[in-house]
Amino acid sequence: MLRIQQLSKHFGGLGVLQNVSFTVPADTIFGLIGPNGAGKTTLFNVITGLLKASAGTVEFNGRHLTGVPPHRITALGIARTFQNIRIFKEMTLLENVIVGMHDHLDYGFFSLLFNLNTFRRQESGARQRALELLSWVRLEPKAGMLADNLSYGEQRKLELARALATDPKLLLLDEPVAGMNPAEKAELMAAIRTIKARGYSIFLIEHDMRFVMGLCERIAVLNFGSLIAEGTPEEIKNNPQVIEAYLGREETA
Amino acid sequence: MAEAWQTFWSTYSTLILSIGVNAMLALSIYLTLSCGLLAMANAAFMGIGAYTAALLTVHLNWPFSAVLIAGGLSPALVALLIGIPTLRLSGVYLAMATLGFGEVVRVVVLNLELTGGPLGLNGIPLQTEWWQVALWLLLTLYGLARLRRSKVGRAFEAIKEDEVAARLMGIDVTAYKLLAFVLGAVIAGVAGALNAHLTFFISPGEYGFEKAVDILTMAVLGGTASPVGPVIGATLLTLLPELLRFLKDFRLAVNGLILILVVLFLPRGIWDPLRFRALWQQRRRVTA
Repeated sequence: MLRIQQLSKHFGGLGVLQNVSFTVPADTIFGLIGPNGAGKTTLFNVITGLLKASAGTVEFNGRHLTGVPPHRITALGIARTFQNIRIFKEMTLLENVIVGMHDHLDYGFFSLLFNLNTFRRQESGARQRALELLSWVRLEPKAGMLADNLSYGEQRKLELARALATDPKLLLLDEPVAGMNPAEKAELMAAIRTIKARGYSIFLIEHDMRFVMGLCERIAVLNFGSLIAEGTPEEIKNNPQVIEAYLGREETA
Repeated sequence: MAEAWQTFWSTYSTLILSIGVNAMLALSIYLTLSCGLLAMANAAFMGIGAYTAALLTVHLNWPFSAVLIAGGLSPALVALLIGIPTLRLSGVYLAMATLGFGEVVRVVVLNLELTGGPLGLNGIPLQTEWWQVALWLLLTLYGLARLRRSKVGRAFEAIKEDEVAARLMGIDVTAYKLLAFVLGAVIAGVAGALNAHLTFFISPGEYGFEKAVDILTMAVLGGTASPVGPVIGATLLTLLPELLRFLKDFRLAVNGLILILVVLFLPRGIWDPLRFRALWQQRRRVTA
């Protein structure tokens, strides 16, 4: 589904990503792990078009994403959430989610201006869909509240619902459980599983090992900008290079 | 009764009509502010609209409604051209670039023979009737209210709150910023055209830096969360100097003081739905 080949990204002389290649298959929950500063978020930024790759390619369902602007990439079917939550705080939850449907609201200038049938039908359809998406993350009762009043965990869930509103095929989640308590984590894990079961593919970055191992079907490991391992959770757990990256190497005396 | 109304109208009609014109100007900058752009070109757009309209009336004798439409379209065209390079800028840099553009327009008008140079244009027929000001203001308000409830208005607000997130929601940020800028220019241009046919005389000085700041002040004072705010701000700022006339020499000082107090205590403007919402919820909690 998502094929990353020989991808490199430099900031000045600093190589943040070096020749990274891997494939995210369709219909899976794919995890990307790695220590702080390994280049995980940078990779997401390149995939979504916010940053330009220095070398290499990203392909989504056979289409090259190089040079495609972010809003077009969203239209192609990739949505994401952010590590440092970026919801629209002065909008209601409902409005936040409807913003995500921007591309799918297709009415002309006249039907907008004169409140014609097309406009009314599409807007009310969007509301219905938004309420449904909010119910997926159990935020439906708060639909009319301002997003600013949500707790940290709720804001993450709202971001998830908003990303789903773009009707993506692939959902990129950047540290979806950062800052959540164990109960919230368990709830989100269940929510992500349901979302996957509804036919979305998921590619997530996470620090929380237990969360990743429990949820992901395949995992890639990034360290200092290079891919050091890729495989099933079992394989990753027993990979000596991964253990070294996370726990350090034993000094040979 | 009828006679009293006649006297009242002949004394205050200019003031009342300039409230309408100023409200349109404040609404024109509200559009760009509502998507987070501090663009200060609206006075210049007003000037372009005013001069285009006045010249069409004086030299070509166009019908007034056509003149008004041309007054709206000419600055829109200019906005389209300068918007593409300048709207990449944000914050103060955009404000400086657009103020610079305003200065260019002023100097060009000042030096052209066609526009009468520093002497301005004289003898513009007084064709603006009160109902035309009212009609255009209502059309503007209606259009803006419709926009706000649609995907366009939501896109503007999303861009204002978080441009990166807006982009990743599938919003073509550059195109929507340009749309706001150009629509703002149309409104300012029509306001300029109406105003030119209200005052008999226009000169380049009316559309300079000071006017640009006035327009921004009206919108910010009223509040930029909805189209209601700019109308309130424009009404207040147009009436205030008149209401304070009894203070004579201290008039402008008190005018400034009132502005400072409003901005200090109501930083989001006079009309602030978020504050109303909070107050309403507080009251409900108290009574419950």
